[in-house]
Amino acid sequence: MKEITYLEAIKEALNEEMARDASVFILGEDVGVYGGAFRATEGLSNKYGEWRILDTPLSESGFTGAAIGAALVGMRPIVEMQFADFISCAFDQLVNVAAKNHYRWGAATPIVVRAPYGGNIHGGAFHSQCIEGFFFNVPGLKIVAPSTAYDAKGLLKAAIRDNDPVIYCEHKYLYRRIKDTVPEEDYVVPIGKARIALEGKDVSIITYGAMVHTALEAAQVLKENRVSCEIIDLRTILPLDKKAIFNTVKKTNKVVVLHEQTKTGSIGAEVSALINEYCFDYLDAPIIRVAAPDTPVPYSAQMEEAFIPQVKDVVSAVEKLMHY
Amino acid sequence: MDIKREDLLRLFYYLKLTRRLEDRVTSLYHQGKILGGAWTSNGTEAVSVGYGYALEKNDIAAPYFRDMGVFLIRGITAKRIMAQYLGKKTGVTGGKEGNVHVGDLQYGVFGFPSHLADNYPVGAGAALAFKIRGEKRVVAACTGDGGTSRGDFHEGMNLAAVRKLPIVFICNNNQYAYSTPLKLQMAINNVAERALAYGMPSKIVNGNNVMEVYTAAKEAYETARNGGGPTFIECKTMRMHGHSEHDSAKYVPRELLEEWKKKDPILHMETYLMENQIAKKEELDGIDLQVQKEIEEAEAFAEESPYPEPEEVLKGLYATPIEE
Repeated sequence: MKEITYLEAIKEALNEEMARDASVFILGEDVGVYGGAFRATEGLSNKYGEWRILDTPLSESGFTGAAIGAALVGMRPIVEMQFADFISCAFDQLVNVAAKNHYRWGAATPIVVRAPYGGNIHGGAFHSQCIEGFFFNVPGLKIVAPSTAYDAKGLLKAAIRDNDPVIYCEHKYLYRRIKDTVPEEDYVVPIGKARIALEGKDVSIITYGAMVHTALEAAQVLKENRVSCEIIDLRTILPLDKKAIFNTVKKTNKVVVLHEQTKTGSIGAEVSALINEYCFDYLDAPIIRVAAPDTPVPYSAQMEEAFIPQVKDVVSAVEKLMHY
Repeated sequence: MDIKREDLLRLFYYLKLTRRLEDRVTSLYHQGKILGGAWTSNGTEAVSVGYGYALEKNDIAAPYFRDMGVFLIRGITAKRIMAQYLGKKTGVTGGKEGNVHVGDLQYGVFGFPSHLADNYPVGAGAALAFKIRGEKRVVAACTGDGGTSRGDFHEGMNLAAVRKLPIVFICNNNQYAYSTPLKLQMAINNVAERALAYGMPSKIVNGNNVMEVYTAAKEAYETARNGGGPTFIECKTMRMHGHSEHDSAKYVPRELLEEWKKKDPILHMETYLMENQIAKKEELDGIDLQVQKEIEEAEAFAEESPYPEPEEVLKGLYATPIEE
């Protein structure tokens, strides 16, 4: 076992998969000699050459389409979006080509799109967005969003080995702030499986990404008030691990859904609807959603803090449920 | 380039097969037997037959929707295509898709997405894979005149040019994008001028002369195969039917259609073969009879084929399914 950061976990997964499988290659803006805006591909160009760490023109739709075409003839491309926000330019290729290839005409499209997403970095409206919601309503895609270094590495490896298009949401805020231990040997974290980030019995907090850490902090505060929280880290957003969601509801009977994505039509809305549809009889109180408000991500630190759910917001939501 | 007699007769056969198959589709559409739309390549068949026939077995075609000749030449049979039109289980996509929205990797044909020119970057990606792996294979990607206004056209062309990819971009310039004439589509006289901006060589050919299309494509494929990079080929032709068979195309001046009727690609080929004493009328009539028989058999096969089970709707979303 060794301790590495979330970003190092991503780097290691890329390097190890490229070494393992010659069909794996990376394409995107400034990923080559420069090593990527967040340095995730640093050093790989020297090791694998310019044709496997491919700097592309500034054209997200073009290089995403190219990844799809390469995948159709046996490659396993990894697309790096410089910022997840720019994935909107590739929306058509992902939604109409990659997502539908297998259903429409039986062609597997094993691509991974790395999407550095999320706020708390003072990036403003075009460098802070949560993009998972844009693609949540697109059958055929898979979406993962790790919250730990262990999962960042294991899920990226799983995504690369998967035969479907996977949008890999890597939270920029966690890159250098999160450290945990990963095994020396090869491992994958299966797509489609949530994990229990904290066991508890009174209230469930269902969340993913950077908000897992917010939830953990909130749980610490609540523990002092003798409230025991169970935290579910979804890890895979599409398709959702319904079993894990229902199990925790049946255990605690009270649910907070927490995410950084804006509230309307969100992942949390779907989680809440699923619980209503399949677990209504297990609920002792209405589900509370803690999410970003329905606005673009603001720039000023004061406003961004008001935008992103904070520990105090989670604590008050849980307390509200405890007093219901 | 001298084209062998055997190849000339095959080109003639595929022109006839494409025309007769799509004529039959048109009739079936008007009889109400085809659900949805029916798009044909009537009048422009020499484009798909010419560039499709010039490909080698291991090459890839990334077609658009007026490329019936390519599907047939690559080995997707008239039977499967007819069944596809009727929404049958034996159709190319088993009923998942309709009409020309097909692809089959077994025959090196990428699926066609309706979002025109999407297959330009996708095709470039396959070419990129060939270049990375050092394979002497090429890609032909096609779109119409309207498709050349979309961003994916430009992003695909640019990427291919920058990386000197083994791809040939074909444009079926049939004068109208649905009802929009060329002069409202672009402020240039030849689509091929677009290639200049990417530093890509281009060629303008008579799209109603299958031998000219075939020769230009063959030469461009050889250039690409030998590391010479991409070429853009503009095939000037005329769409003789509406955008789709529901469309009477009243917006097209009748004189224009009369003028192009005289340049019909099949008539042109027939005259060429007879005037140059390559084939006698009886031999060409014999080919036509064979084609007619093939279409009749295809239709009978499609009619007799079963419809897919409704349960099929839930199958085939993912290449790697996730257990619930």
